[in-house]
Amino acid sequence: MAMLSRLASRSSHLGRTLLLPRSLCCSTGGRHFASSAGDEGPTFTVETSVPFVGHRCEPPSREVETTAKELMGFFRDMSLMRRMEIAADALYKAKLIRGFCHLYDGQEAVAVGMEAAITRKDAIITAYRDHCIFLSRGGNLVETFAELMGRRAGCSNGKGGSMHFYKKEGGFFGGHGIVGAQVPLGCGLAFAQKYLREETVTFAMYGDGAANQGQLFEALNISALWDLPAILICENNHYGMGTAEWRAAKSPAYYKRGDYVPGLKVDGMDAFAVKQACKFAKEHALKNGPIILEMDTYRYHGHSMSDPGSTYRTRDEISNVRQERDPIERVRKLILLHDLASVAELKDIEKEIRKEVDNAIAEAKESPLPDPSELFTDIFVKGCGTEVYGVERKENKILI
Amino acid sequence: MLGLMRRVSMSGSIPTSMLRQSLQRILPGLAILERGYSTLGKEMTVREALNSALDEEMSADPKVFLMGEEVGEYQGAYKITKGLLEKYGPERVLDTPITEAGFTGIGVGAAYYGLRPVVEFMTFNFSMQAIDHIINSAAKMNYMSAGNISVPIVFRGPNGAAAGVSSQHSQCYGAWYAHVPGLKVLSPYSSEDARGLLKAAIRDPDPVVFLENEILYGQSFPISDEVLDSSFCLPIGKAKIEREGKDVTITAFSKMVGYALQAAEVLSKEGISAEVINLRSLRPLDRAAINASVRKTTRLVTVEEGFPQHGIGAEICASVVEESFEYLDAPVERIAGADVPMPYAANLERLAVPQVDNIVNAVKRACFRSVPVAAAA
Repeated sequence: MAMLSRLASRSSHLGRTLLLPRSLCCSTGGRHFASSAGDEGPTFTVETSVPFVGHRCEPPSREVETTAKELMGFFRDMSLMRRMEIAADALYKAKLIRGFCHLYDGQEAVAVGMEAAITRKDAIITAYRDHCIFLSRGGNLVETFAELMGRRAGCSNGKGGSMHFYKKEGGFFGGHGIVGAQVPLGCGLAFAQKYLREETVTFAMYGDGAANQGQLFEALNISALWDLPAILICENNHYGMGTAEWRAAKSPAYYKRGDYVPGLKVDGMDAFAVKQACKFAKEHALKNGPIILEMDTYRYHGHSMSDPGSTYRTRDEISNVRQERDPIERVRKLILLHDLASVAELKDIEKEIRKEVDNAIAEAKESPLPDPSELFTDIFVKGCGTEVYGVERKENKILI
Repeated sequence: MLGLMRRVSMSGSIPTSMLRQSLQRILPGLAILERGYSTLGKEMTVREALNSALDEEMSADPKVFLMGEEVGEYQGAYKITKGLLEKYGPERVLDTPITEAGFTGIGVGAAYYGLRPVVEFMTFNFSMQAIDHIINSAAKMNYMSAGNISVPIVFRGPNGAAAGVSSQHSQCYGAWYAHVPGLKVLSPYSSEDARGLLKAAIRDPDPVVFLENEILYGQSFPISDEVLDSSFCLPIGKAKIEREGKDVTITAFSKMVGYALQAAEVLSKEGISAEVINLRSLRPLDRAAINASVRKTTRLVTVEEGFPQHGIGAEICASVVEESFEYLDAPVERIAGADVPMPYAANLERLAVPQVDNIVNAVKRACFRSVPVAAAA
């Protein structure tokens, strides 16, 4: 299939890099997703794996500025996300996570690259594959696992579940279960940012499956008419649930689907390409209104934990991507190339992360299920003193 | 004024002069306000009431903005938003394309961020195109996010039957939206209702569905100084006793309140004293007021314009049977629209919606005053 041949022709993704004087290893113990205060380490330039392809716009340069700190940060952050999703897989199989669980492993570069280009005042909204974006917006592991297991300490107090993580104070607006709905909502966030003159932007993320939704085009039309600072990010992992893109979209060139709205095609497995594209998009959106970024990415898991992910694609395809395009491996090679850390040091970081995740899970497991009274909380911000009924109306009624 | 009255008497069977007399007798009962209503005899149409409410709330809070089809340059399809574009500018009064799913989603997203949108549906029939955003994106958000993201939005527009607009443009969505936890659903009758409830809705931090009525827009009601004050607000979740009575409780909302009041007038001549409750709020429903009234009168007739099955009256009847069973002296009666898509022909349309006579008949049945109709063959 066209998809497989495209993967096979991937050559070395490191490309040329310009070496600066050999640096000392950057110790990155401490908080993940640390802000960039403090010593960044040496700066250097990385070339993206492939050039960007533009639609109605001049694509940005393939040369991306970065620092040792940022590069190490990418490694750590993506490894943490990877480990978290794998741990969630195990928890789901152990029946500690119920219902839906949509995992992001493989797509980590989109989350970290985007975060590197923006601030917490910019807004992100996505659909249900939201665990890693939540983390990149300031969420922590304990509240993530607790929410997945429906516990009190969860970020939504156990009342949302996997698809409903939110962190308004971190610029993260969820967490939505209805395919495509998050795109008009994201354009609404951009509307508010413009209304309040904040000079910030919104990244509205959606998949190749959602890219065909009518409401997306309705919202894009309005965004273009009103010059909203809305950046539509199509995470094209090439499968909408179990249906390959070529079976669902007459035109799978999602970056062109905006027609009059400019677009950019980006290697979504390359965190630096993502960062460059998002930086470019933010500048564009603040001046010229909406733009679409298509991130060419891949998910290792099936659509959700109920989907083995192997009935509509071959195991060879999956392992090929792991070998040739894995986002963490790309960054690992860069780190080794620039002598920022040794193989052993990177393994140590991974061990640390494993431990951190295991500890978080243990702590989350300690958190109890919500109190039964929570059934009736947060229905309204402002109650009117009227009745809410439980199942047995005569027995179970409270005033809110 | 008479021209407006003529529009109100859709059925054509009530002469406008009698209508006017009835209203004038009813009106003192309407304005049971603390200060009593002004002897200056000010009147205001529902349209003016809504317009002034929007104007005042936009003036008071810069985060309030309007969006919808024709709300700006056209001055509003029903002129509810007249003059507001000129006063507040195109950043705050936005004409949208005819794409309900898209612009409603945008409105809800703006509310997530902290703005206070007022989204107009040209009629609530079109809200079905956007209903996923009203229910899944708006109503449930505060709960699912455990209070992290609230949605201070108002969805407003005309609801229910107009005149001759046929099945796709005539449905009442009261039961649909009042079914959903997380929404507040209001439906004004008078100008006082329109002002007080819309102002309350805009100030409320939760998503509010505000069901107006096209026929009522042109109807005039007396209005007191208190209601005209820019701080005037009505509480959400509280019904109003429009007319006190002791023999039967009639519940209604929106246009049907007027019909119920007319029926009460007819009935009073036959010695039946009907208490008319203007629900004002469909969710939360003022069960306390309804049950208190039925405990007093012992008989209930619910009136609504929409389809009967699983409707507003069904919930009210269930509530009364659950809470006040021992007080009932007669089976509950429901008057609702016919269980058919709205037809176009004038005679069929008249048969498809409640008329004053239907309410009178139902009350008489509840009072065991009518001669039983022979069983249908």
